[in-house]
Amino acid sequence: MRSAASPGNFTTPLLRYSPKARNSRISAPRRLPQVSALEVEDLRITYGEIEAVRGISFSAQAGEVTSIVGPNGAGKTSTLEACTGIRPVTTGVIRVLGLPPGERSARVGTMLQSGGLYPTSRPLEWLTHLAKLYPDGRDPRELLELVGISPDSRTTTRRMSGGEQQRLKFAAALLPRPDLLFLDEPTAGMDPQARRNLIEVIGELRSAGVAVVLTTHLLADIEELADKIIVLRRGEIERVGTLAELRGESSSLSFDSVPDLDVAEIIRRLPVGYDVVETHAGSYVVEGEPSPSVLATITSWLAEHDVATTGIRVGRLSLEELIIGEES
Amino acid sequence: MKPAIAHAVWELKLTLRNGEQSLLTLIIPLALLIGLCVTGALSSTDGLSRVNSAFPSVCMVSLIATCFTSLAIGTGFERRSGALTFLATTPLRRQGLVLGKIIATIMLAALSLVVVTIAAAILGWRPSIASLWALPTLLIAGIAFASWALFIASVFRAEAVLAIANALFLILIIVGGASSRATSSSLAGLMDLVPSAALANALRSCLGAGVAPCWPTLVSLALWAIVGFALARRRFSWQ
Repeated sequence: MRSAASPGNFTTPLLRYSPKARNSRISAPRRLPQVSALEVEDLRITYGEIEAVRGISFSAQAGEVTSIVGPNGAGKTSTLEACTGIRPVTTGVIRVLGLPPGERSARVGTMLQSGGLYPTSRPLEWLTHLAKLYPDGRDPRELLELVGISPDSRTTTRRMSGGEQQRLKFAAALLPRPDLLFLDEPTAGMDPQARRNLIEVIGELRSAGVAVVLTTHLLADIEELADKIIVLRRGEIERVGTLAELRGESSSLSFDSVPDLDVAEIIRRLPVGYDVVETHAGSYVVEGEPSPSVLATITSWLAEHDVATTGIRVGRLSLEELIIGEES
Repeated sequence: MKPAIAHAVWELKLTLRNGEQSLLTLIIPLALLIGLCVTGALSSTDGLSRVNSAFPSVCMVSLIATCFTSLAIGTGFERRSGALTFLATTPLRRQGLVLGKIIATIMLAALSLVVVTIAAAILGWRPSIASLWALPTLLIAGIAFASWALFIASVFRAEAVLAIANALFLILIIVGGASSRATSSSLAGLMDLVPSAALANALRSCLGAGVAPCWPTLVSLALWAIVGFALARRRFSWQ
């Protein structure tokens, strides 16, 4: 039995966006939306008694990658599925390319986290069928080559590996030459090379003006791709911003020493607005921008009082700390 | 309509490729027809030949098996596997999927019925002008059974659909078979409210007795089709 994937996945230059492909409208949306590609206002989704999404509002713009992140159960997939039209909305308004979800399906590409493949179909016939459903569907063979799957493969989708299925679903998402692309955990199960190439393709789509909205729990994906990050937690938006903004918000200076220091005296030495908190015995956090003068003030106070310190840390919270820190 | 037809062709292609299912769709009605003709188990009380008695009943069983039981079970498991979910995001939409599945199922049933008709002709059945009534009758019944199959498949989980579809299949063919033996006109009228009985009676008229079917049977089937299609169109859920 022939394998569905060509060796190395995604690797041949042909699979990337060639100049010919750039001329095609997959990388150049027909017309960029004048309004936000996606607008979500006060979205609520409930499952029985459980409120999975609790009144969130955000937007996604053309030519940007908007990443919805958060721990398991944060409401990422529910939000994305509501935007694609397959998940009923309890209350709130969603506008996809200016219309309710589903109304612009001919210009929206979707890659779902689970399902979405006919198990007894082969890759080419599945994409060929889907292409017939779109008014201007892209060439299925070209897309299969783009994602590193042989168009002549006779392997049925149920016999493909998880990574191959992901690539096939990604190819299906590109079929309508989308202006807006929804990707739910797109790199899950992919090997590093396939992931690298998928990220490159997403980057090219962004450059071409496509609005990309993706959910992921892979922090490396976010760091490489996201122009805007929406941190969801328990169905609510906790933070929104660029990676730099989110990290900027989370600058910190902390140090470890003996318990029960006279923090009031340290605070008096610091500029107005700063605070020092002993988070637990012997661990202190200075709340405020950790400037060099603040660092100097802390170290000089410790020296004056002959207090030993076992560590001083200055920096920003990592993305992991930002997203899951409070959970862990 | 174009996406719905494209999807119907796709569904039919996948079904026909599934050899076991296709064989069952063709072989069971054939075996049933031959068995009934040989044994005379459905020997008529109104002077019809064995094949003229058996052929309409076999058509009923074949149509219900394909358009109702197989479709409901297949769709139930497709929903569970998530195979349909992606289609919800395409321009096919819910109505397109429902139409596509109904068209594909009716095409498959038509294939089965053509084979059964050829076999019946070999066994001695001869068509009449009234036999043409079978075409609209089977079409309306096909829409009715397929619509209800899709509705049931989208309301219950896959295992429940399996049980319900098989149980209803048995009930439907028993009522359909028994309808020929209704002892009073009022009982026969009541039985015509059941779609399998209405179908069986209509087919017995046009394929067995060579006369046009009574209008209540067609009205009953049309009502089942209208209500079923409306429900499937409004309530079909993808996952």
